[in-house]
Amino acid sequence: MAVKDKTGGRPSAGAGLDGTLARTLLRQMLLIRRFEEKAAEMYALGKIGGFLHLYIGQEAVAVGAISVLRADDYVIAGYREHGHALAKGVDPRRVMAELFGRKDGVSKGKGGSMHMFDRAAGFLGGHAIVGGYIPIATGVAFAIRYGDGDQVILCFFGDGSVPQGEFHESLNLAALWKLPVVFVCENNRYAMGTAIERALAQTDIRRFAEAYGLPGEACDGMDVLAVRDTVSRAVARARAERTPTLVEARTYRFRGHSMRDPAAAIYRTKDEVEEEKRRDPLLLFEHRGRRAGALDDSSVHAITTEVEATVAEAVAFAETSPEPPAEWLTEDVYA
Amino acid sequence: MAILTYREALNHAHREEMERDERVFLMGEEVGIYGGAYKVSQGLLEKFGERRVIDTPICESGFTGVGIGAAMVGLRPIIEMMTFNFALVALDQIVNHAAKIHYMSGGQFSIPLVIRGPGGPAAQLAAQHSQSMESYFCHVPGLKVVRPTTPADAKGLLKSAIRDDNPVIFIESEVLYGMKGEVPDDADFLIPLGVAEVKRPGRDVTAVAYSSLYYRVVEAAEEVERTDGISVEIIDPRTLRPMDTETILTSVRKTHRALVAESGAGFAGMGSEIAAFITESAFDDLDAPVWRVCGANAPMPYARNLERLKTPSKDRIVDAFRKLCAV
Amino acid sequence: MAVTKVVMPKLSEAMETGKLLRWLKQEGDRISGGDIVAEIETDKADIELEAFGSGILRKVLIAPGATVPVGSLIAIIADPADDLGALGAAAQPGPSAAAAAPASTPPAPAPVAPAAAPALPPLPPPAAAATRGSDGQAPAATAPAPFVAGGPRLKASPLAKKLAQQAGVDLAQVRGTGPGGRIIQRDIQAVAAQSRPAPAAAPGASPAASPVRAVPAIARLAGESEDQPLSPLRAAIARQMVQSKGPVPHFYVTTEIAMERASALREELQALPGAPKVTFTDLIVRASAITLLKHPGVNASLHGEAIRRYRAVHLGLAVALDEGLITPVLRDADQKSVFQIASEARDLVERTRARKLRAQELSGATFTVSNLGMFPVDEFSAIINPPEGAILAVGAIGDKPVVVNGQLAVGRRMRVTLSCDHRVMDGAMAARFLADLKAVLEAPLALLV
Repeated sequence: MAVKDKTGGRPSAGAGLDGTLARTLLRQMLLIRRFEEKAAEMYALGKIGGFLHLYIGQEAVAVGAISVLRADDYVIAGYREHGHALAKGVDPRRVMAELFGRKDGVSKGKGGSMHMFDRAAGFLGGHAIVGGYIPIATGVAFAIRYGDGDQVILCFFGDGSVPQGEFHESLNLAALWKLPVVFVCENNRYAMGTAIERALAQTDIRRFAEAYGLPGEACDGMDVLAVRDTVSRAVARARAERTPTLVEARTYRFRGHSMRDPAAAIYRTKDEVEEEKRRDPLLLFEHRGRRAGALDDSSVHAITTEVEATVAEAVAFAETSPEPPAEWLTEDVYA
Repeated sequence: MAILTYREALNHAHREEMERDERVFLMGEEVGIYGGAYKVSQGLLEKFGERRVIDTPICESGFTGVGIGAAMVGLRPIIEMMTFNFALVALDQIVNHAAKIHYMSGGQFSIPLVIRGPGGPAAQLAAQHSQSMESYFCHVPGLKVVRPTTPADAKGLLKSAIRDDNPVIFIESEVLYGMKGEVPDDADFLIPLGVAEVKRPGRDVTAVAYSSLYYRVVEAAEEVERTDGISVEIIDPRTLRPMDTETILTSVRKTHRALVAESGAGFAGMGSEIAAFITESAFDDLDAPVWRVCGANAPMPYARNLERLKTPSKDRIVDAFRKLCAV
Repeated sequence: MAVTKVVMPKLSEAMETGKLLRWLKQEGDRISGGDIVAEIETDKADIELEAFGSGILRKVLIAPGATVPVGSLIAIIADPADDLGALGAAAQPGPSAAAAAPASTPPAPAPVAPAAAPALPPLPPPAAAATRGSDGQAPAATAPAPFVAGGPRLKASPLAKKLAQQAGVDLAQVRGTGPGGRIIQRDIQAVAAQSRPAPAAAPGASPAASPVRAVPAIARLAGESEDQPLSPLRAAIARQMVQSKGPVPHFYVTTEIAMERASALREELQALPGAPKVTFTDLIVRASAITLLKHPGVNASLHGEAIRRYRAVHLGLAVALDEGLITPVLRDADQKSVFQIASEARDLVERTRARKLRAQELSGATFTVSNLGMFPVDEFSAIINPPEGAILAVGAIGDKPVVVNGQLAVGRRMRVTLSCDHRVMDGAMAARFLADLKAVLEAPLALLV
């Protein structure tokens, strides 16, 4: 299959790509891909209920962005968050158990697909109100500054959040108070069934940064190295100068908005989806990695085997974890 | 023991708690340089500096979310709503985020946040500035809701709210800020959340009342004592959620008649909940149905005469006492 | 195959349960269709239950004294060879509820047992009930009071009920001073205080002897008042009348009828050999029946969204008993002669007084006549018996000054008032009916043809 190599923004170097880094990035993206595919299968079998929003196609954004963070940095995301949680180091077994609604899930089975939290991993959720958590990210950054810390928080949201008031309030406050937050907008061009042209008077999302006097940069969200490059500069800016950045990662989701919505439905054509799949971030990266000599058959095969085993183990763990006990219903209502 | 105004009592609570715990900060519109729209935070900026007393732009949803995020990672914010009517802009943050993050995360993240400000009827502030909103918040599992009545209540309850690890909705009252009362000096004077107070003992009727309307109920109680010999016991729940049902029930089992006074419109108001648990738990002790004296079912009008009609008058409360006693 | 199910009949709109008083046949007896197999007590009357099939009384399913819901299977008549398995388990006697008490009384094993011990062990006291700050409420735990069937519905506060029970005060004897006559705490306290010896009057408190000689008082009964609990019949009437007067928009039309000729006719009929006793009511019944045939709009009632005009005329006769009013039905009054009406009516009235009516005699009236003319009542307005469309109220016949041909004379006049359901008929229709009724009674030979 011919892979279209189109770099948006700055070109990312193929040569000089470290083998360790390449394997890490590929492994993480593949883990997300296989995990999400398995989740879809489990959903169809009725083991996962409610809503399931798959990250398939957007792996390069979470992996590329989070790969530049320190362990004590924070990540917050919306409901399409399994990828971000996995990239941040949350145990895939406990993510799957949470999807299954079992007591060993990260949120004790009380959150579900949209509400994953892991304090130890610095993963702050897992929120289902579009744009609702962007001020919360700003608040975390406020606390970091308040405590004279040098951590950073990455806040991931979609193009659908941009019209929401909280997006604007948050950028304003972060700019005004100089807070260490990087706003990462994953522009996959569709907010559920609404194309960006029908939602935003200004579709060049990175330009919203200008309204608040902030740096705004776009990057090719299908190219993990391009994302990594852009976000690392934004993170450095946040850490050193306490200047927030708006990063617009241009990406695409290959599946529907959620499991209820078939991949190529009424709001975009099957042809468009197939065309975009030619820029599958996993394929793009594997190709680049091989070209740079950082990946080969043996390493790819090893990664693939390991990832598949990890996912299988996650399912097995989830299957055998019991449902939360009835008393847990009214626990944790108050601290 | 000092004599302080309600606003001074709140001010002192801020001071003491911010001195005691470095993680406590105050954020809101006009809280810093202006000293607070109702002067509650006067002097705090001078004492604690810009890092801990933060003026915000007008974006309630935004800065409430900031408070929530800060609380998630260990700070203890006090968010001031210039008036609680404006908190409605931040309702999503309060209800969907502050109230639920602890639960949704399986107990990993607590939100030790206080959202405070004045609410309820004032003086000709009209429809959007005069609402009684405690019912909305009481309905949400995960929130605590407090409405202090006296200066001592204000201080003791605010200190407890700040020390509580849960999001606390703390609704004061514009018309009470100037009210004077005895307030203990002790920096560890706390009124625990979830404990009601029998503010006036009596024998014949239990009246549940709080905030500004409490004072009108007192007037009414004194009148019926003089004219009809009806002895009214007044209970101030102080914390509306979680409510100290036991104190109220003990009183009703003694007096056999109960009344709830609230400024808000009665439908689905606080009286509904109180009447329900009294009926469920003290049915055989009731000599009359639980009666509610509530605000009229209309937004607050501007005209002075209409405003007076909207909130329960002393006479209406007096009539209710008489009716309960079948006088 | 020839299986006849004997069920508790529904004899009126409001009837929900019936009590079996006694079986008149036993298991094994041969039954012919039309035989009376049992006596049933309903809210209106004790009625005889007819069998609607023939065969052997194979099974009797409920015992005398049992109260069951209408529609319950109470016996089976069948041929000796019929297999009864298809009918499944015998119908259990349903939960008994006093016929008079409206819904929501707890079931009791047998009616009217002023119980001693409560059926359930007392619940543990609410030691840790409703802990401080909790939102869930433990129910107040009290030992359940013994259930007494058939009590009247009184308004009393929960506290008053509890105090009355504790003090052994009969709520039915207490006058309530609360809103709407509710019995409240102070009323029980007053009763309890009365039964205690009155404290000695303080010195100087007794009034000085009045200089005016006291008028001898008419002896009166002791106590402030006496409450008579509603009998089942009274309770049923109370329910029925509210169902009529509330929703039915009544209007009333009155006319005065000259009864000289009807009077004379009655005497002549009475004088005929073999004549039954003929009352004025009988004449009015006949007159109403033939007039209703000419005014079918009055022989009608509202059924859902339609006005149902009955082809036949079944007349209800209001019969006053000590306990209340019962209205047995004289069927096909339009087809019967004055003599037939007279003898049937008398039979109905006698059996009504003896509470021995049959099921179909208690319902199905299309119009009712109520006569208070045996009292000095000039006129009155009756309440329609639902679901009928009208009722005729008859006053006394008396001598009145009247104007005839411009001259003052003495007339024998009777006033009748027709109460009508305005959803079914209008004033003009009612007036035309009355005009014809008047005409028939004033030219009463029409009654004979």
